[in-house]
Amino acid sequence: MARTATAPGAPTSRLGKTALEIDDRLIVAGPLRRTLNKVFPDHWSFLLGEIALYSFIILLLSGTYLTFFFDPSLREVTYNGSYAPLRGVEMSAAYDSALDLSFDVRGGLFMRQVHHWAALLFVASIIVHLLRIFFTGAFRRPRETNWIIGVGLLVLAVLEGATGYTLPDDLLSGTGLRIISAIILAIPVIGTWAHFAVFDGDFPGELIIGRFYIVHVLLIPAILLALIAVHLLLLVKQKHTQFPGPGRTEHNVVGNRLFPTFAAKAGGLFFIVFGLIAALGGLAQINPIWLWGPYNPAQVSAASQPDWYVMFLDGSTRLFPAWDINLPGDYTIPALFWPTLVLPGILFTLLAMYPMIERKLTGDTASHHLLQRPRDVPVRTSLGAMAITFYLVLLISGGNDVLADKFQISLNAMTWVGRLGLVVLPPLVYMATYRICLGLQKHDREVLEHGIETGVIRRLPHGEFIEVHQPLGPVDEHGHGQLAYGGASVPKKMNQIGGARRAIRGFFAPIEEPASVELEQRREPQGLATAEDRELTSSGRPSEGGRPSEGGRPSEGGKPQEPRD
Amino acid sequence: MTTHDTRPGSTGGADTPGPLYGGPDDDYTPEQLAAMSREDLDRLGALHDGVQVLHVDPGPEPGSPLEKRYVRQVGTVFALAGLAAFAFIVVYLGSGWFLPDWEWTIESGTWSSLFTPMLGLLMGLSLALVGLGMVLYARKLLPHETAVQDKHDGSHFDRVTTGATLVGGLHNSGLARRKLITRSLAFMGGGLGLMLLMPLGGLIKNPNTGNPLGRTSWGEGVRLVRDDGTPIRPGDAVPGSLETVFPAVPGGNHESDAATMLIRLRPEQIRVNQPREGQADYGYGDYVAYSKICTHAGCPVSLYEQETSRILCPCHQSQFDVTQGAKPIFGPATRSLPQLPLGVDDEGYFIALSDYPEAVGPTYWNRERI
Repeated sequence: MARTATAPGAPTSRLGKTALEIDDRLIVAGPLRRTLNKVFPDHWSFLLGEIALYSFIILLLSGTYLTFFFDPSLREVTYNGSYAPLRGVEMSAAYDSALDLSFDVRGGLFMRQVHHWAALLFVASIIVHLLRIFFTGAFRRPRETNWIIGVGLLVLAVLEGATGYTLPDDLLSGTGLRIISAIILAIPVIGTWAHFAVFDGDFPGELIIGRFYIVHVLLIPAILLALIAVHLLLLVKQKHTQFPGPGRTEHNVVGNRLFPTFAAKAGGLFFIVFGLIAALGGLAQINPIWLWGPYNPAQVSAASQPDWYVMFLDGSTRLFPAWDINLPGDYTIPALFWPTLVLPGILFTLLAMYPMIERKLTGDTASHHLLQRPRDVPVRTSLGAMAITFYLVLLISGGNDVLADKFQISLNAMTWVGRLGLVVLPPLVYMATYRICLGLQKHDREVLEHGIETGVIRRLPHGEFIEVHQPLGPVDEHGHGQLAYGGASVPKKMNQIGGARRAIRGFFAPIEEPASVELEQRREPQGLATAEDRELTSSGRPSEGGRPSEGGRPSEGGKPQEPRD
Repeated sequence: MTTHDTRPGSTGGADTPGPLYGGPDDDYTPEQLAAMSREDLDRLGALHDGVQVLHVDPGPEPGSPLEKRYVRQVGTVFALAGLAAFAFIVVYLGSGWFLPDWEWTIESGTWSSLFTPMLGLLMGLSLALVGLGMVLYARKLLPHETAVQDKHDGSHFDRVTTGATLVGGLHNSGLARRKLITRSLAFMGGGLGLMLLMPLGGLIKNPNTGNPLGRTSWGEGVRLVRDDGTPIRPGDAVPGSLETVFPAVPGGNHESDAATMLIRLRPEQIRVNQPREGQADYGYGDYVAYSKICTHAGCPVSLYEQETSRILCPCHQSQFDVTQGAKPIFGPATRSLPQLPLGVDDEGYFIALSDYPEAVGPTYWNRERI
């Protein structure tokens, strides 16, 4: 609403007047204030998704730069650039321009490697982010939609990476393209038709690099961008989840407001991620295409591995037995179809449907905004560990020839280890994880009931030795803690509740005498208890009938490390 | 700020807000707001957004030694970031100007081989320091506040009113009653959607015309040549050797499915050699020729271990035995490598007697039928 200059509260500064001019036209003050006031929970694991977002921004910037120089064409040319070993070699214009980009564009190699490293980090951070969401149960109602969008983003990111590393048309990427061609051919019924539609004929055709290029620079990035926007909008709309803790409920979010604290931290993280990728892009060579040479269907180099995020499919292809299915009428379902199309189809479908599957199994249809600790949901955690094991066996098998070579193992033995491992290891890991979860749960409750082990051993008058336990809260007449488990981390070491002396200063070497620190703390004996604002009680003898380890009698406050008898 | 337009026919901006106008502006007059401190206004706005600031841990006391130390730290980090940025600019612009040239040379350890690492190091350092500075700033100098924001479930009021508007609009359109329109709309929608997809038909090509997948450039009388185009005589290779050969047609050495391995078997291999049924006469003397394209995923199989007579595909480790008609003996491949029938022409050079008897390369749905 317009105000006159004399109205109270009207801006007098130049900035304020400009702001008023803008708001008069755009009416943004309200939404802007709501945005600035948005509260973000303060936990490191919430930054994983941000790393993915920042990698994507870097991918857009560096990728746009690369398009200024890259020629996505399979036209035959003769290389005539700076890299002497390949001069005079016939190659495609795509490979030629990728070489020029590496050797004849100032800083081009740096940008190409930045793009490649950012792509690796992008997929990696998506997967780690996904694992965080999975193991803490952040996908539960009302966030199932965002989980599915996230899985879609992962699939698109992998496709984007696969189309991207095909583009330079070097020997390695050409071999990858040949395998992609074989995978498309392997689709039952429509395989050959699909192949001819994608490649415009038999492999490799003339158009495939141009088609992959437009898919890589326009189609998939546009979908990624749109889905990321929806992903974030839903996040803002539904607000963050948070770990259980003091004052945190299902109906609030505790943390920092966006401005300025969170903005400064998130902005800082962006620059750190960008800096890390830039440093990798310059210092760590990746995909040196000039060493592979131009693609030639008759040549291949050993250790032909795709980028890491496709390697699990390479592994599954290596492990899958030679099982062509011959149907009546001389039709064949090639063995290649199962490990390269059916397996990822099942894996990603299961992943996307997991929130619904868990809802069905547990019958839990309530909305959840408080996260769970993985140990408190042993079945889900064990399923996750099992899935990770399955994935890791595939991933390692994707490089089994390299492992066989480096460790002098038989290649065939590596394949069999992978085949057996794929079947045997996941259930074992499931059982082990389940036991570990239960053990951790039990330990949490034990500490809540009996207190923290202080490491102080005391001898009782009748000769029995007991360890002194430090209760975490009020205790009943048997010396048992009365705190209930709240789904949050339980302190298990004395220094987590302020029982330790402060750290001795000094980065490389101590710059103060340990003894003087001790003296200093003796001078302020109350520092420990008051600073933490927790009631610390030392427990002593076992109560009548109770086992010594099951607690001690409640007594007056004191310092746990100086037990008094 | 705003000048009301008083020209005839226009009341632009002159209207007073209608009775529905409401919100916080009605609760707080400009005078009240003007009397409040900036901090109070901040908290008031936050409360309005469901955010309560519970606790603020102020940053270090202004002017205190602690603050000065942190300011020095943060300032140094930002200054170093700027320094690294300018160093990047110097390296980028200066190479080939007042610094040595950056362009690729064959010797290592030159400025050229340091150029890219230096760019990465300097840009990475600069950006990471900016990030570090911002994080340090937030941690050391900004007040630490603990804020709590309310999380609301959906509003019943919103649901009911929105539902009324939606259903009311639909009801007024009468679509539920006017079946003819609904049906014609469905028909139109289906047709329109398919119509827009139709141009994609341009991508479709018939893979069965002329059997492109089942044929190669090999044929009766086509010479076997090396990558450089030279033909091959039976005496050229030693027993146990493998040579990649191509059909002597233009561009034959770049065809995706024509690459062939010409293998000269050793005497002990010939003794155990079991050719495939009906292909016993495909070899020539102690020579056999098999397709180099793996029957699994189409990679060139190229690692020949002559002691064990095995050919290994480096992509997925399928192994083929050359003494058993290149039968797969390990790994995911299911079919033998197709064998090329060999002969020798009048001049004594190797020729193919025909194309491969079957399709080379990976298996597909109707491979056995064409």
